[in-house]
Amino acid sequence: MISDATPLSAPTLEGTDDDQLLRVSLGPQHPSTHGVFRMNVVLDGETVVRLKPVFGYLHRNHEKIAEGGPYLHAMPYTDRLDYICPLTNNWAYALSVEKLAGIEVPERAEYMRVILAELTRLINHTAFMGFILGDMGAWGSALMYAFREREKILDLFEDLTGARMMANFMRFGGCRYDLPEGWIGQVSRIIDDYGPFLDEMEQLLIGNEILLARAQDVGQLPPEQLVNGGVTGPMLRAAGISYDLRKVEPYGIYDRFDFRIPLGEKGDCYDRIMIRFLEMRESLKILRQAIDALPEGDFINPKAKLRNFKPPVGDAYGRIEGPKGELGFHLISDGTTDPYRFRVRAPSFVNLTLLEDMCLGLDLADVVIILGSIDIVLGEVDR
Amino acid sequence: MNPDVDTILTRLRGALPDATVELRANPGPAEQHSLLVAPADLPGVCRFLHDELRFDYLSNVTGIDWPDPVLADKVAVPEDDEDSGDPGKATEPQGFLEVVYHLYSHPDRVGPLVLRVRTGDRTDRVEIPSVVSIWRSAEFQEREIYDLFGVRFTGHPDLRRILMWDEFVDHPMRKDYVAPDDFEYEPTPHAEVLERARTHYPATEKD
Repeated sequence: MISDATPLSAPTLEGTDDDQLLRVSLGPQHPSTHGVFRMNVVLDGETVVRLKPVFGYLHRNHEKIAEGGPYLHAMPYTDRLDYICPLTNNWAYALSVEKLAGIEVPERAEYMRVILAELTRLINHTAFMGFILGDMGAWGSALMYAFREREKILDLFEDLTGARMMANFMRFGGCRYDLPEGWIGQVSRIIDDYGPFLDEMEQLLIGNEILLARAQDVGQLPPEQLVNGGVTGPMLRAAGISYDLRKVEPYGIYDRFDFRIPLGEKGDCYDRIMIRFLEMRESLKILRQAIDALPEGDFINPKAKLRNFKPPVGDAYGRIEGPKGELGFHLISDGTTDPYRFRVRAPSFVNLTLLEDMCLGLDLADVVIILGSIDIVLGEVDR
Repeated sequence: MNPDVDTILTRLRGALPDATVELRANPGPAEQHSLLVAPADLPGVCRFLHDELRFDYLSNVTGIDWPDPVLADKVAVPEDDEDSGDPGKATEPQGFLEVVYHLYSHPDRVGPLVLRVRTGDRTDRVEIPSVVSIWRSAEFQEREIYDLFGVRFTGHPDLRRILMWDEFVDHPMRKDYVAPDDFEYEPTPHAEVLERARTHYPATEKD
């Protein structure tokens, strides 16, 4: 973990050898950095005095690749942005193209999208629980419980899309296939089992002394600063700001469901963890309503063109509430089959802006928890 | 909910009479119309939008390369289209880089308000004032645009490459960028030998 641990000469600090600063390079190949992510940290003893994230290890210029082909060709690439939750990425891209071209989505497809997005939120938050406990040293056991449940939902995705993770399922104006027979029954069984699993997980975690000691009062920032720093998703709501795009600008059919937005009080890492528990419970509520109300009908708009699809000239910015925060796509069409500009507003990337501010003055061990509580995926950060 | 761009423009012109701001219509069905701001007026306009009109959240910053400026005006249509026709023909139309900001308001629940800023050209006059002091969320996004497009943000606290490595020289998101065959090419003695072997015999017809 500690490479080039050379003491820095510190001209700004007067005094003796005791004041010497230590430069530590955290990452890129360390499990606590959640992928190939590096932080240049300067330490005064155990205390962080400077922290600069280093990006780009997974950079493949996703945006340039997407601009090199037709609109639909970018759809499988969006799976690889945040590879924990491909279906919400699909939806965000499909939604932006639908805005760009003015395509209507049939009722059944909207319900299917909501079901898939909420299932994705479940697997993201469940996996998050495992990872954050791993960051605290509970290496394995929490992750094992989390991945056991995640795998059940991934099996459902495999039934539906043919792939556990790289779904490539949404299309402009709907979805790729209709739901297979008996699929909804499986979903409702999983929802029924999920409540007891969450109870068990909460029992395991809420009063856990390690979790309390490591996560409480760590990494708070004033809410205004979070808004100014562009932080979105559970991170922002843990600080008590009610900003969930499913309520603020209900895309799709989210205005038809009865659910609440859980809010934190202090905005520390503990709140960020607990917010995700509560969000999973709200997701279960949405899922149950969506399954009950799922109508018959088209799963894709029959008028939507798949081949030789040319949106009219113009640009559009569409965004959805992804499990990690606001996922947006800014697309510019010049009237041809390929997007002129394809921009991804990745929540993980923007949420890292305030990482240094959260960590300053804390211990090195807290940096790992704070980074874990932001919930980043490097496929999305580096694009 | 899309904001009422006309009202915002009127208020902007009332508060900042010297600022050059014009309305650009979006011809597509998204109806996200935009405001084109002159680079010099950007800090003032942004400060006003942030403080007075409560656009407290900068969601997205996009960089765009427009080698063909005519196309840029098709995507963001100027109000009086006839004016721009003649001078474009008289002088060689010059491409530029563009930065687009998507602003939202948390308290008023409106957005996106789209701001556009254009550089003078694609080579020398590529400077745009940074908005990091107003919205911190621009910090990494502006660095990304500097890295991939080559827009220089004046006043940015830490303008470095972010996704490409520091020694990289070009800007890969530009439309005329050509990727090298080998990103890590370094001349070696081996290359010298190959070159000598290539020129050792005169070229045959097959070559």
